[in-house]
Amino acid sequence: MPRLLPLGDAAWTVEFGNTIDAATHARVMGFDRALREAGPLPGVVEWVPTFRSCTVHFDPLATDAGALGERLIGLADRAPPALAAGRRWRIPVLFGGEAGPDLAELAAAGGLSPGAVVEKMAATVFRVYMLGFMPGFPYMGGLPAELAMPRLATPRKTVPARSLAVTGAMCAIYPVASPGGWRLLGRTPLNLFDPADADAPALFAPGDEVKLQPVDAAAFARLEGEAAQGRLDRARFLVATGAPWPS
Amino acid sequence: MAVVIEVLDGGLATTVQDAGRPGYRSLGVALSGALDPLWLECANALVGNAADATALEMRLTGPRLRVAGGRVRVALVGQAEGEVRRAVSRRLTFAPWQSMALEEGDELRIRAVRGGIAYLAVSGGIDTPPQLGSRATHLRAGMGGVQGRALMAGDRLPAGAVAPNGPERRQAAFLHETGPIRLLPGPQDDYFTRDALRALIEGEHIVSRDADRMGLRLQGPRLEHDAALGDEIPASRWAAPRNAGAPSGGSEATRAWGSFISDGVAPGTLQVPPDGQPILLLADCQTVGGYPKIATVIRADLPRLAHLLPDDRLRFAIATRAEALAALRAQRARLDAWRAGIAACRPAGDIDEAALYSANLISGAMYDGATGDPQ
Repeated sequence: MPRLLPLGDAAWTVEFGNTIDAATHARVMGFDRALREAGPLPGVVEWVPTFRSCTVHFDPLATDAGALGERLIGLADRAPPALAAGRRWRIPVLFGGEAGPDLAELAAAGGLSPGAVVEKMAATVFRVYMLGFMPGFPYMGGLPAELAMPRLATPRKTVPARSLAVTGAMCAIYPVASPGGWRLLGRTPLNLFDPADADAPALFAPGDEVKLQPVDAAAFARLEGEAAQGRLDRARFLVATGAPWPS
Repeated sequence: MAVVIEVLDGGLATTVQDAGRPGYRSLGVALSGALDPLWLECANALVGNAADATALEMRLTGPRLRVAGGRVRVALVGQAEGEVRRAVSRRLTFAPWQSMALEEGDELRIRAVRGGIAYLAVSGGIDTPPQLGSRATHLRAGMGGVQGRALMAGDRLPAGAVAPNGPERRQAAFLHETGPIRLLPGPQDDYFTRDALRALIEGEHIVSRDADRMGLRLQGPRLEHDAALGDEIPASRWAAPRNAGAPSGGSEATRAWGSFISDGVAPGTLQVPPDGQPILLLADCQTVGGYPKIATVIRADLPRLAHLLPDDRLRFAIATRAEALAALRAQRARLDAWRAGIAACRPAGDIDEAALYSANLISGAMYDGATGDPQ
């Protein structure tokens, strides 16, 4: 049963569980869909789906908080889980070398060759559980257990922009350069966040599925050059919307 | 030609701010915006702007600015003052809580900002390019304002409009309430011992040096996690350092609460890392946080947090939702009454050097240290 938790007098957190897994997240995304379909709720400013909950921010002067809470928990109880992916992406990644300085160590820790790690990464369907930490940063679940590693004991002062990183059972891509402690396996030429695009600034949305397409250094350089010139259309990497992964 | 505010000296941490950037938190974009939106509204009201027009937020040391391209009206709100240099030889006092029309070429210097924060509004608002619907500067994301950073010498701020003719306007300082900062427990107050909530409201908390627009790290009584809920998981496995500083790892499997799963936060949320010393989140906080949240400051008391400085002491009290709503309504009514009380006033005069000199002879002191040396 979902729980309604107060986050001050201007937000409710609707909690669906206390685990990170596809089933809990499907309930969160089902609630997200129900909120969209319910149309504008008076006083609601926005909502933030996470791994296992959804926080709804509202203006307490514009709505009755108690009544809104009841409405939200009602929606949460009734909303069917959203099992299907949002959109499906195939994202080019240059693995290893300077782009992925932790690939060799992660491979060795799992008794694998670097090539085998890249194969496993490329075979995985990652699910975007939530965006957070910084604009456009996707927390993606689904990392194979044999690739799990704790975070670095001492985080790097600078993780380069567009680095593909893993830790625990999570995979992510840093949209811009930032300090970070995750293990860096590669880099994508794609820009994950564009504040100039007010309608869709973030490449990914919660619920999207992502597969990684290994590319060589020459292809990476070509795509990166196109991206720098603003000629890399996101739609090129969108595999499908609503349809299953082509086999 | 449009008015441009030229930045001669940015001051220590002057940023372009408005009412914030709502609507993108699901994409990881912080709310941001003025730490004290009430004072932002006051400053804007004094120059005839909309309540949420874009202005400058100043901390510690204010900027030095020059007006180019026309006249403009400005107002300073806060415990700060400044001086205007006009033409070659004139110096005018620039007092807070009243507007002042500046001529082209005027140089405005805001000196020490006491009490943590002050705002400078400009008629027509600061017209830097909006990003995602807001001009608010978010330093960490490099978004909004001037290239996403604090002001620097050489910056040029387009201002919306020249000053309308008409009298200057003033009003007494809008003072915030005093007393404990009020909280609603939750969303994870049940992750803590009963003693933790008691320690939170009975103890005194000191603002540490680790304080910025994202949050304030407090020092005080340790807020214990409930050991029965799985405190045996070592702290090193916890989600992240500060304010979910680095993204949490997490696991696909069920875990005890020691590896808390990041969830939604808001400005005012009190997150408690394993050391039991809470972090009080502010406007630039992330959208999700990796520590359990014992309580959240009520909306009416959020603006007061903007005024906290390192070593300040604060106390918390638990409010009910009804009390929180009543406080917010009363605050709105008080601000509306303040706006209604704005009155026309005479323009600021030249600094009277002779009077200052004689005053100094009497007091035996040069200028008040807080206002600085006008030389």
